[in-house]
Amino acid sequence: MSAPGASGDRPRPTAMATTDAVPATAGAPAPPPTVQVRVPPRSWRSELRAIKIVWRRELIRFRNDRMRIVTSLVQPLLFLFVLGSGLQQLSAASTHGVDLKTFIYPGVLCISVMFTGMFSAASIVWDREFGFLREMMVAPIRRSSIVIGKVFGGATVASLQGLILLALAWTVHVPYSLGLIFGVFGLQLLLAFSITAFGVMIAARIKQIQSFMGVMQMIVTPMFFISGALFPSGDLPGWLAVLNRLDPITYAVSPMRTLVFANLHLSSEATQALNPPITWFGWEVPIALQIFTVFALGMIMLGIAIAEFNAGD
Amino acid sequence: MAAISVKDLRKRFGDFEAVKGVNFEVETGEVFGFLGPNGAGKTTTINMLCTLTKPSDGSAEVAGFDVVAARDDVRRHIGLVFQDPTLDGYLTAEQNLRLHAELYGVESKVVKPRMEQVLKMVGLWERRDGQVMTFSGGMRRRLEIARGLMHSPRVLFLDEPTIGLDPQTRASIWGYIRQLQQTEEITIFMTTHYMDEAEFCGRIAIMDGGEVVALDTPEALKEAVGADRIRIETADDEKAIARLGEHFGLEATVSEGVVSFAVADGEAFVPRLFAELEVPIKSVSLSRPTLDDVFMNHTGSTIRDAEESSSKNRNRAALQAMGGARR
Repeated sequence: MSAPGASGDRPRPTAMATTDAVPATAGAPAPPPTVQVRVPPRSWRSELRAIKIVWRRELIRFRNDRMRIVTSLVQPLLFLFVLGSGLQQLSAASTHGVDLKTFIYPGVLCISVMFTGMFSAASIVWDREFGFLREMMVAPIRRSSIVIGKVFGGATVASLQGLILLALAWTVHVPYSLGLIFGVFGLQLLLAFSITAFGVMIAARIKQIQSFMGVMQMIVTPMFFISGALFPSGDLPGWLAVLNRLDPITYAVSPMRTLVFANLHLSSEATQALNPPITWFGWEVPIALQIFTVFALGMIMLGIAIAEFNAGD
Repeated sequence: MAAISVKDLRKRFGDFEAVKGVNFEVETGEVFGFLGPNGAGKTTTINMLCTLTKPSDGSAEVAGFDVVAARDDVRRHIGLVFQDPTLDGYLTAEQNLRLHAELYGVESKVVKPRMEQVLKMVGLWERRDGQVMTFSGGMRRRLEIARGLMHSPRVLFLDEPTIGLDPQTRASIWGYIRQLQQTEEITIFMTTHYMDEAEFCGRIAIMDGGEVVALDTPEALKEAVGADRIRIETADDEKAIARLGEHFGLEATVSEGVVSFAVADGEAFVPRLFAELEVPIKSVSLSRPTLDDVFMNHTGSTIRDAEESSSKNRNRAALQAMGGARR
């Protein structure tokens, strides 16, 4: 302890000091026994634990936030049932007997995870605004663990949300099969991962929630429209075909549609018209490569997000 | 061993040097108060000690680890309670503590007993399942303190732990600090704006203009002021100040509408003051030096003035944030 004061004989000042705020130690209750904790040195194990808890926090918050589950279903359901039923009258002639809702369904499976993934990424902006990000940033863990936990958490939440839409397959005449369920869930997980990574990457730069949501809307909405979630990407006008091929979401929608259509019994003309293969300068891009493209972009954006959070204060 | 040891620590932001070579040591088990007007470099210094900001020059060791070279070791051994809340309002109190324990890698089997201990200490054990969103400001601050203690830190940093709290909560927070001193091997490093609270620190450092201008026990600092403080209300403050300067050779200032000055042996001076000031005096008060005087002596302003300007700054920052949000 420090050296005692040089003098104690002068009377305590009375005018300024108000000491009533502090209680006498004598009145304090007996302290409970102390539980000593030793924090182990950093290892990959502690990083894994950190990733896991950041991931779990997203799930806990998702579970507590029923409102979000309901509100984020509105948009996909509007597309599926209102747009799908409404435009059916116009398109009946050209869909080879396929219900427009069935055609849109794979696209809607993608939209739903896109928008929830985006909201999940927004949580990092909220965390910053409410200070919680600081609690994570000052912990003795790598920033990359926080970012990875966040992205995986967001991806999980978004694909859980996607499961609700998957449950609606019967309403649009898509029969269930194990392949469909696991395939759709897997693709949704992948797309949600990439979108969340993209969102977190943006969140590293944009620190206000309004601007963040605005920017995300501005980027994600056109990507979704251009991707062919709502139309076949076959005979598009030149400018749209170019944009369509440049849009990463195209490579998530196309495998999703292929997967769902594989569960239906469609004529080859119908498949050709509604789910034409994606081509690059006439070369047919294999589905596996399309899926890999989405994955690779997700990883790149995750890498950028980590670098940005590492660089920040 | 010193819990904190700071050697010639500096921080520059561009051309501006916020911390200009600070030196001090904090002993293990001490309650160390860190005071200073806003913009004095207090926060920057704390941020460097907590590894949130990298020093431009000099070095600092916290809990025996260098803040730059062994950043994570420092982090593992310190607890932080910030002025601004850093809790997750959507989670319960227990979930917040558990999350902290996981982030800090606290051994799983001690998480529960430790949580019970710290929550009982701050009187929130019964509320552990409540969502933090529903907690009052005082409860949140107490929860933050409990959380900061979850991993048994060797040094606990408290940045204005009692600001904006009611007297009762302030009192209980000081109760915890006392209790911690007895039960844990912990050093407490705190900033405060409340001078009456600074009295309870073992030693205090006053920072101004990026330098530590005073460092000692509160008693010794008050003693060093030497003079008593006399405050007078007069009919004409300006004239009174001028007269005090010419006639008595005393330097007086006006603060909060009261002329105040320091003078040795104040009791004997008061009769002379009435006889020779030549300005009508409405009231007079005499006090022994307080930490406010110490603060004034070293920084040239009362802590209240410093606080006022800081709250003005805070308001301005809030307005800017709102303006920015609207953009």
